[in-house]
Amino acid sequence: MSFEAVRNESFENQSVTEKSIAEMYNQINELQKELNNLKDQLSEVINQRNKVSIVVFSGDLDRVLASMIIATGAASFGKEVTVFFTFWGINSIKVKRNIKNKKWHQKLFSLLNPKSYNDLPVSKMNFLGIGAMMLKNMMKEKNVNTLEDLIKIAKDLGIRFVACEMSKDVLGIQDDELMEGVESGGVAYFLSHALNSAMTIFI
Amino acid sequence: MTNFDILLDVKGLSCPMPLVKTKQELNKVQSGTVIKVIATDKGSVKDFQGWANTDKTIELISQATEKDENGKEIYVHYVKKK
Repeated sequence: MSFEAVRNESFENQSVTEKSIAEMYNQINELQKELNNLKDQLSEVINQRNKVSIVVFSGDLDRVLASMIIATGAASFGKEVTVFFTFWGINSIKVKRNIKNKKWHQKLFSLLNPKSYNDLPVSKMNFLGIGAMMLKNMMKEKNVNTLEDLIKIAKDLGIRFVACEMSKDVLGIQDDELMEGVESGGVAYFLSHALNSAMTIFI
Repeated sequence: MTNFDILLDVKGLSCPMPLVKTKQELNKVQSGTVIKVIATDKGSVKDFQGWANTDKTIELISQATEKDENGKEIYVHYVKKK
C-alpha cells in the first residue's frame, strides 16, 4: 500500500493525527537516506572488487614474467590493474642506460645493473646470463610470449605502470631510461590503490 | 553444434594469450555476440571456466576437446558477450 493510500485511509478513520503523519514522513525520509547510503557503499565495494594491484620488487626475468602474466590475465578478466615497480623491479621497465648526469656511485650501480628489460637475469641458475638465454630459447620453442610482448600487451590492455619515485631517486634512474607511459608515485599512491583492490601481490 | 558469429584461432599461443586475444576480440563486438575460440593450450580449458566464473560480462556457452587433422588435441570454447 502506498503512503498516499495509508494517509487517505487514516484521514477517513480519523485515527491518525496530523502529527503522526509528519512523523511518518520523517521516518520515510530517513529510510531513504539510509538506502542511498547503502547504495553508495555497495557501489564502492563492487568498485573495489574490480581492482588488482601488483608490486614488482624483483628484477629477475622469471619473476617479472610471472607478474606480467598475472597482470594481463587479470586485465582480460576486466579488472583494473596497476603495477608498481620498485627497487630491482625498475630494471624491468628500463629501455636503455644513460649514465650522464649521475654521481660516480650511481654510474657504477647503473653499469652493474641490466641496461634494459631485455637483459634481465633469472633468479636461479643464471650463470652470467646463460641461464636467462636458455630460458628465453625454451620459451620461444613453446611459443610463450617474451617479456617484451607481454609488456606491450599489458599497455594495450590499459594496465597502468607506476615507478617508485624514491627508488628512482636513490638509484639515480632518469626518466629517459624508462619506457614511455610510466607514471611516478610514492608509497601513498601505492596504498591508495592497494587498499581499494580485491587483490594485491608482491613479487 | 553451437552457433557462433566469430571464429578466433589462437592455436599455438600459450597462457595468458588465449584469454587476452579473446578479451580483445570481445571488446570490439556488441553484446550477444558469440565467439568460437580454438586453442591448443590445454590450460585454456580451466582458464575459460575460471574467467566465466569471475567476469560477469561474459558467458561460457560450451567447451569441447576435438582432434585436428594431425590428430593433435584442440580445445574449443564458445564465449558469449553478455
